Amino acid sequence: MKSKRVGIIGVGQSQFKARRDDANYPELVREGVALALQDAGRDLDEIEAVVFSLAPDALLGIGNAEHLGVDAVGARNKRFMRINTGGSTGLSSVAAGYTHIASGACDLVLVAGADKVGESGDSQAILNKIWDPTYERSLPLGTITMLAMSAVRAMHKHGLTEEDMARVTMKRRACAALNPNAHLNKPVTIDEVLASRYIAWPMKLLDCCPQSSGGGAIVLASERYIRERGLDAVWITGVAHSSESYYLGDRMGERQVADHADAHALGQAFRRAYAMAGITDPAHDVHVAELYAPFSNTEFHAIEAAGLAPMGGSMKMLRDGEFDIGGRVAVNPSGGTLCTNAIAVTAMIRVAEAALQIRGRAGKHQQPGARVAIASGNGGDHQFFGTMVLEA
Amino acid sequence: MELLTRKESWNIGYEHALGETASWFFVQVRDHAKIFGRRDPKSGRVIVPPRSFSDQTLEPAAEWVEAGPGGRIETFTIVYEEFKTLPKPPYAFGYVKLDGADTGLGGYFRGVDLSDPAKAAARLAIGNRVITRFAEQRKGDVLDFWYELA
Repeated sequence: MKSKRVGIIGVGQSQFKARRDDANYPELVREGVALALQDAGRDLDEIEAVVFSLAPDALLGIGNAEHLGVDAVGARNKRFMRINTGGSTGLSSVAAGYTHIASGACDLVLVAGADKVGESGDSQAILNKIWDPTYERSLPLGTITMLAMSAVRAMHKHGLTEEDMARVTMKRRACAALNPNAHLNKPVTIDEVLASRYIAWPMKLLDCCPQSSGGGAIVLASERYIRERGLDAVWITGVAHSSESYYLGDRMGERQVADHADAHALGQAFRRAYAMAGITDPAHDVHVAELYAPFSNTEFHAIEAAGLAPMGGSMKMLRDGEFDIGGRVAVNPSGGTLCTNAIAVTAMIRVAEAALQIRGRAGKHQQPGARVAIASGNGGDHQFFGTMVLEA
Repeated sequence: MELLTRKESWNIGYEHALGETASWFFVQVRDHAKIFGRRDPKSGRVIVPPRSFSDQTLEPAAEWVEAGPGGRIETFTIVYEEFKTLPKPPYAFGYVKLDGADTGLGGYFRGVDLSDPAKAAARLAIGNRVITRFAEQRKGDVLDFWYELA
């Protein structure tokens, strides 16, 4: 460890749903905050800084909604900053909270946010606007089509099949059925996934994440603060990011340096986090992985980038049950992003779920004996990747 | 209790400057039905659509190189679902590595029957050869051209 240790002492998350008409945006932010403070056993007055987790404004339909969210996190007279790295925002926000403490600036930091993606009615219309107006905006790009094109390359390169993809949905829905906070929690069969309508070939409706609403929050503390009060904590032992260049078209052809089939920069981010944590054999040492995978096919390249399977080898291992709860390493035992995606906090929930697993408090979706967990977030046009290692 | 909602919409217009490099590129598309890339001076990679600098070295990429009209499919998708503000489905689009280029250029695929998804996907398989077609009336946009199976 290069710096002081930082622990997670509390997490909070909503029961995610398509809509939350009983609560407006700041009320939903406060919901996660209240749950996390209660879990940590801390008073709001003690919090020294708040990192606000908020993805692209248009998903919510409020410009720079952190100005509205500041009240809901109790940040008056406190350090406050918004973080946005697209889909990886939630993990980047925890990383920013981490640096507040590791730098020695603060002892107790709140990371919080919420999203109401369902209120836009069509996130793809909004996400089309992330593309460059100079060259690519006129094309009907969205995150679904972008990652459908990744699946097509993985089919060509690794032999990925539509049945492999459907199996991911079948397994994650079974996990989500055990998680009371998951949005899509009804079990489905492989045949039901294969029979669902095509959205963007080869992706079908049941290969895609929902548009979720809900809040999330995490309380971070310095080792000194935790020790002095004898608090229960899990430790962030590795934290890293890596980025990919923008143009999808640069990730193909013989001279590419990062194939769009895969997640090269995510792999680099994991190697950095493992180096920091001193993990040399992740396939052996990691017990739980909460990997950002909003579409069924993307779980495979995330597993491989995390070093839990060799390149192109994850499909067979998933089929063999190695990534099930109780398997060698449980992947997305919460049901993951495929079953719940409140974009501003999704990657934070990956960290929160990893923390719950290590504390042995994941309930029915608990991986037995979990002591080392990893989490990741993907943002931009498959571009901004954040990773974390958590240990008991 | 009765819960209320409020309808709002964002409709903001912009006039984005394309810059010198993209302007020249689109003038060639509009006036001559030709596609050009820029050569990365260090790696020699021809990048299409052209950028004025290399994303690997940040060195200026000044040399224009013509690409296409032939090329090969690098990836694709076929959209069957309608999205707000996006075209009516079904449609196929993706990326093609044009002859003489080292990167993929996005565009629609036309002339393929999309009614049977599996059959259409087989025709658009990675590696299949395509030819770039240009509209008769061009305005300087990526929609001025599309790809058809060669």
